[in-house]
Order: sequence, then structure tokens, then C-alpha cells
Amino acid sequence: MNPNPHHLLEINDLGIQFGGLTALEHVTFSMDPGEIVGLIGPNGAGKTTVFNLITGIYQPTIGSITLGGQTLNGRKTYKIFQSGAARTFQNIRLFKKMTVLDNVRIAAHNQMDYNPLVGALRLPGYWRDEADTTYRAMKMLDIFSLTEHAGEMASSLPYGQQRRLEIARALISNPKLLLLDEPAAGMNPTETQALMATIREVRDRFGVAILLIEHDMRLVMGICERLVVLDYGQVIAKGTPAEIRQNERVVKAYLGGSAV
Amino acid sequence: MNAATRNSWILNAIALAALSAAFLLPIQSGAVNAYIVGLLITALINIIMATSLNLVCGLLGYLALGHAAFMGVGAYAAALVSIHWNVPLSFPLALLVGGIAAAITGVIIGVPALRLRGDYLAIITLGFGEIVRIIMNNMPILGGARSLRGIPRITTVPVAYAVVIICVTLMFTLGRSRHGRAILSIREDEVAATSSGIPVTYYKILAFTLAAFFAGIAGGLYAHYMGVLNPNRFNFDRSIEYLVMVVLGGMGSITGAIIAAIVLTLLPELLRGLSNYRMLIYSLALILMMLFRPDGLLGTAEFSLASIGRLFRRTRRSAQNEGRDHSES
Repeated sequence: MNPNPHHLLEINDLGIQFGGLTALEHVTFSMDPGEIVGLIGPNGAGKTTVFNLITGIYQPTIGSITLGGQTLNGRKTYKIFQSGAARTFQNIRLFKKMTVLDNVRIAAHNQMDYNPLVGALRLPGYWRDEADTTYRAMKMLDIFSLTEHAGEMASSLPYGQQRRLEIARALISNPKLLLLDEPAAGMNPTETQALMATIREVRDRFGVAILLIEHDMRLVMGICERLVVLDYGQVIAKGTPAEIRQNERVVKAYLGGSAV
Repeated sequence: MNAATRNSWILNAIALAALSAAFLLPIQSGAVNAYIVGLLITALINIIMATSLNLVCGLLGYLALGHAAFMGVGAYAAALVSIHWNVPLSFPLALLVGGIAAAITGVIIGVPALRLRGDYLAIITLGFGEIVRIIMNNMPILGGARSLRGIPRITTVPVAYAVVIICVTLMFTLGRSRHGRAILSIREDEVAATSSGIPVTYYKILAFTLAAFFAGIAGGLYAHYMGVLNPNRFNFDRSIEYLVMVVLGGMGSITGAIIAAIVLTLLPELLRGLSNYRMLIYSLALILMMLFRPDGLLGTAEFSLASIGRLFRRTRRSAQNEGRDHSES
């Protein structure tokens, strides 16, 4: 199969083994620019492993991943971030003892280019880059209604805001692909509703494609344009939310072997 | 640079000038004796050692047990420049060469060592420190165990003071640049840092190398203060002493490291009157400190004039809020 130039993300026959354990095999799917795709499946199906493979935390045993025509295999995690794939984590990973503003500014690291000497001596390049980055970071915080918390420690934010900060941090680099790992985990229905609106707004405003792992079916069915279903490390179904809802294998995977 | 930043820089510059005057004038007038002068120079050198180790232990969050070895490398390199190379401005040059020699050693040890985490790095740096000491002991050009003699004694209090100001300022500004933030992010969460585009390995080595560089400069100051160098001065015990200063001051706080360096240099001397009990009291002070303030004197916070202002405002505001609460009820 040749890579389709219109696809943003192309995952082809992806597989990974940990020792003798096959965590993923024959995973193939693709995403278009600006698309919202849901990656669902029972616990332990390998969803987060897919994220870790895309972002280079793990290296695939076989198969290929391309983003915007570039192969990601063998690239370091920070390089993959620089080529346009940003992510959030299932169990929020913020820089806890740093300010909300600094959390966002760290991810803008590569958009500044002054060297350590210029920074240490506070030469004009430092002031220019920092002012520009701070301005952009504050604008980003504004989009996620975090402006008033800019100077607070990230750890002092309530849970829902920490989730939003993580998304803000991922977006500061203008990624082409945003990977959200269970963004609604631990949220109440009202917060989840607000999150759905935020995710849609993010896509419309930044034109970023979003791949999200989520167990909250109302959220998944509500905002995803397409779904990829994983079970025991294999893709068992792909399609629109309506198709997936009717799919026998998916129902079986979720409800157990005998239920049809 | 906005107005608030500029004001705070001006305020700090004035405060620094006042402090310098208060500190240096008595010494220049000859009112203090050689014992005190020696103590002050030691304290100043220790300030550079503690703040530079803070780059690795505080900002990067890695435990390093061989910091004295970098000081030793810097001391010997600077001493050799001064002894064999009689050119104008040889002292600043010697300090710089000392710093660079230590930095190069830092890269050599950092590249393999920083692939490991936590405890393993501590053991590697410990071993490295001993290796450096033994090499120094056995190199004829360094005088070995018979000591290296004839180093010009140039380090005075004003000289050491000026070098401390320059070094600490550079470490402070570096800590608050994109590079400093990158190093801090590694301490906070390495996976999140690399997933946010931070080349983690590069910044680990950068932090380690910078720490070694400043330790090398401190070594240069030390060499030109003592006039004689012996490898045993840079042993494991010394590395631990610097680590204690950083831990006591609060990992990640430059001002904390400075205060701890001064206190821990002066404390054993002030307790000299108690002769046999002084190391006991010194150790007890450390234990109590860790029991009651495990984050160190300042934690990760910095002492600043602006923060005092903020504290006052906050107290006033909370007092006002309390007043309002009472009137509502």
C-alpha cells in the first residue's frame, strides 16, 4: 500500500512485542488533516501503546508510521513533537512545581532560538524571543480560560483545569496532530460537556487533527467523525460512530463473548 | 524589558551595591584580621560551589557526589596557567581555563553517566571523583601528594566577591531562560519534557557541564587563595559537604544555597569555643533541619526584595478580607 499524500497520519501494519508478549499487531489506519478520530476499546486493548508508538516513546517491532509524508520510525520523541505530533497523558503529566505559564512556555522551547550565552547575558535576542513566546502563551491560556491562573503552580489547579492546561501546552507548538489520552477521565458530566465543546473549538480554531482515546461513549459518539476499535492488540472495526454502534464484534468485545 | 522588570533590576542593583559597600569597606580599611578574611574567602568559594551544584541537584534533580573533583580539575588547571604562563591578565585567564577544563571533564563524565537515573548517577559521580583525585595524586606535573606549590596568591576578598557576583548572576539568568526552563522540566517530569520537544539528553549534559564549569572557577579562586594545592583537598568528604549545603538551602533555590554555604562555613568556626562538641552540634543542626524543614531553608523559592513586598501586600489584603468577612456576618 503506497502512502496516500492526502492523509496526515498513516499507520501501516504496526506491531510491537514486549519480550514474548504481542501488545499490538497488524494495526492499520489513517487520518486526514483536521479530522477527529476516536480510538476505543476495552482496557488493555493497546490504545495507549498506539500513542506511545506514534510519539516515539516505544519503537515498533514492525510496521510504519508516517506523519505528513515523513516517517516517524526511529525518531526521538522530542523530534516527533517538533515534526507536529503533540500529546496529553492518561494520568496528567504537568510540570507540577512550575507555573501554569511556564508549563506552556516549555513546549514553545523550539520556537525560540537564542543560545545559552544570549540568555545568560540577557542580550536583545532573549528579550525578543521571550516577549514573543510569553505573548503567545498568554493567548493560549486565554483560549483555555486559564489566564488568571498564569502565575500559579500547575499542581494548585483543580483537576479539570489541569487537563485543559495539558491541552494548551500541547497546542502551543502548532501541531498538525493532537493525541488526547482519555481527556474526560475523572470528569463529571458537566465538565465532559464543556470538554467536548473545547475539543471541537480546538479543531476549528487550530485546524489540527485529533486522535483521542476515551471510555466515555457519549463524548466519543458525540464528537468523533470516525472510530477505530482495538481489542487484544488488533483493530476489530473501523467506521463512523453509527456503524460502530451496530458492529457485532464491537458489542461482543465490550459486553463479553456470549452477548450478541 | 517591561517597566516592572526594569524596576526590579534597578532595585536589585542598588541593594547589591549597598550590600557590597557594607561588606567590603571594613575589609579594605583593614579593620578585620587575617583569620576573618580567610573565612570570608572560603565562604565565597563555597557559595560558588553550592550554587553550581544546585544546577545539577536542584534544577536538574540528579544527585551528584563528585562535585569537589570538578573543583580540583579547575584548581590545578588554573594553577598551572598562573605558574607557567606569565602574561598580563593571567588571573582572569587562569580562572577561565580552570572553568573550561572542569567543563570538558564534565562533558566526558556526563555523556555516559547521564544515561542512568538517580542512584546510579550518584554512584558513577562518586567513582569519578575518586578517580580524579587518584590521578592528581600520581601526576608528576601536579606535584602529586607532595602538593603543587608556588601558585601566586591573588585571591582577595574583593576579587572573590566580584567573581561570586558574576557567577551567581549568570547562573540565575541562565536558570530563568528557555534553557533553564528546559532543565527544570526534566526534573519535574522527564517523559512530559521529551514529549514537549525538549532534547532531554542535551539539557542534562548542559546542566552538568555548566555546574562543572562554575566549580572549576571556584577551584581557580581556591588555588590562588591557598597558593598550595593538595589532591586530598578534593575528596569525597568535600563533595558531600557541598551537597549538604544544597540540600540545607533547599534544592533549586540559589539564594537558599548561598545562605546555607555561608552558614555551614561559619558555623563550625563559631562553635570552635565548644571544641570537642562542635562537630556534634553541627551534625545535630543538620538532623534537626531535615526533620523540621525537609525541603531546606527556602524550598525551591528564591529570596527577593519583590517577594517581601508581595508578602506585605498579601498580609494587608488578607487582613482586609477578614474585616469584610466579619462585617458580613
